[in-house]
Amino acid sequence: MNQLEDEIHPKILEALLKARNDYTLEDALENEMVLNMGPQHPATHGVLRLLLRLDGERIIGCVPELGYLHRGYEKMAENMSYYEFIPHTDRLDYISPMANNVAWVLAVEKLAGIEAPKRAQYIRMMIAELARIASHLVAIGSFAMDVGALTVFLWTLREREKILDIWDILCGARFTNSYTRIGGVANDAQPEALAKAKWFLDQFEPSLVEVEQLLNTNRIFIERVDGVGAISKEDAIDLGFCGPNLRACGVEFDLRRNAPYLCYNEMDFKIPTYTEGDCLARYFLRLDECRESAKIVKQVLEKIPQGPVHADMPKKVLPQKDEIYTKMEELIHDFMIVNFGINPPVGEVYHAIEGSKGELGFYFVSKGDGKPWKCKIRSPSFNNIQALPKLVIGQMISDVVAIIGSIDPIMGEADK
Amino acid sequence: MDLKVLIPQKLKASFPSTDFEISDYKDEITIKFDKSYIIEVCRFLKNETELQFLICSDITAVDWATRKNRFTVVYNVFSMKHNFRLRLKCDVDESDCSIDSVTSIWRAANFQERETYDMYGIKFNNHPDLRRMYMPEEFEYHPLRKEFPLIGIPGSLPLPKK
Repeated sequence: MNQLEDEIHPKILEALLKARNDYTLEDALENEMVLNMGPQHPATHGVLRLLLRLDGERIIGCVPELGYLHRGYEKMAENMSYYEFIPHTDRLDYISPMANNVAWVLAVEKLAGIEAPKRAQYIRMMIAELARIASHLVAIGSFAMDVGALTVFLWTLREREKILDIWDILCGARFTNSYTRIGGVANDAQPEALAKAKWFLDQFEPSLVEVEQLLNTNRIFIERVDGVGAISKEDAIDLGFCGPNLRACGVEFDLRRNAPYLCYNEMDFKIPTYTEGDCLARYFLRLDECRESAKIVKQVLEKIPQGPVHADMPKKVLPQKDEIYTKMEELIHDFMIVNFGINPPVGEVYHAIEGSKGELGFYFVSKGDGKPWKCKIRSPSFNNIQALPKLVIGQMISDVVAIIGSIDPIMGEADK
Repeated sequence: MDLKVLIPQKLKASFPSTDFEISDYKDEITIKFDKSYIIEVCRFLKNETELQFLICSDITAVDWATRKNRFTVVYNVFSMKHNFRLRLKCDVDESDCSIDSVTSIWRAANFQERETYDMYGIKFNNHPDLRRMYMPEEFEYHPLRKEFPLIGIPGSLPLPKK
């Protein structure tokens, strides 16, 4: 008992044992076992720590412990300008940095009253959807790897590499992109990038079918995840599930449809839903979403208008480098924006996008300075992890790995 | 009827003794009221069949540093029926730094309130498991309070034993 308390903080232990109070700890150790999983466990997708209370191999208690990747981004955001924080959003959900960039600038634009030009909005839509595909590919791959199918991981990462190549052409970085700017995007999408995106979409469907064939006809995989970690519609809503996990429970909720932003209401796409709410449904749903996202990107590539990619608001939007070097006015604006920020009016806004994991929102309180007075990151993974105890209780210990893989938490954004 | 009119009307009819401060900024409705009503108002918003605010997306707080009521707890709720987002605000003073927990209404509030407690030190009464979310239990400060320095406090984070 003393040794257990040395290793696990007494308060955490108390939370773990609270579910059934008829056991004292000495008793519990004879019949039951407290197992510490993580934070360095390879299947926890980063540094998620789970404390499991086991009866044989069955789980009767689970307490997730977060904070091993807490870098204090909300505190940092209060001490830097809105422009300066864009690179930090890359590090929130590091599997789909582009989507985070889009979410951040949309929230700032709402606060400051800027509207990006049409072409910039289409480019943002394209990168957000490609980021969703990339993220879901990693989710499917690592989920399959967690339950023992290694090949799928290699194949989905091969597909993701192609998206990273598009990022490379688009903004020069493959991983931490920082591509969007307030009032537009860093640079216009090059024809090569758009051509590469088109090429990617053409060959994406066959490769997705290949991936599907590996898993859908694989009895080991299906029996391993079918019916595991099921959750009902009501519980899912109440426990704060969001994104693909919520839609896998039969709730047709997608912010692209329910609270449209950018130009999503001009696009033709379906919101796939499943009713089972188990690991298998979440896997199928991610596959379907990849297809729908590919459909949106295809439409974006067809409809993308010509024109500028920066809003014409010199006091709020950073001017282009060639103008700074040749024009006095632009130089002054650049100096003011870089040193003092864009000073949005006093007020507060919340803006959320449908990120690849769910509702990714930013809440700002502005006092009229260049820095936000308060910045709250509403991260989807944080809320998804909350439902984990509900999902794993009653399951076998080996299913925990499958369930974590299927809800796809990214600790970078869960811990902020 | 427009929800921006309907919600304040319904609230005023159901809670005649409370003051509701309603503001509309950038198409977002914020309702501010006394913290003692938080449970009743939230339960009403969730259970009223015409409103159905089933999703509690976010709970956070704002530290105003110099104001009389130092903190404002902010609730961000969403109604899937109407696709409508609503913000609820309650002032909390530093001398009585607590507010009732809404975990009995939305279970999603559990982690969100724990995070707010960790970052601001606001206690949520009747919370089932009010522990720190991110920082270690031994940590004495609340990092998102304005007096906490950006570089942190040296020596405040305990190193592992042994």
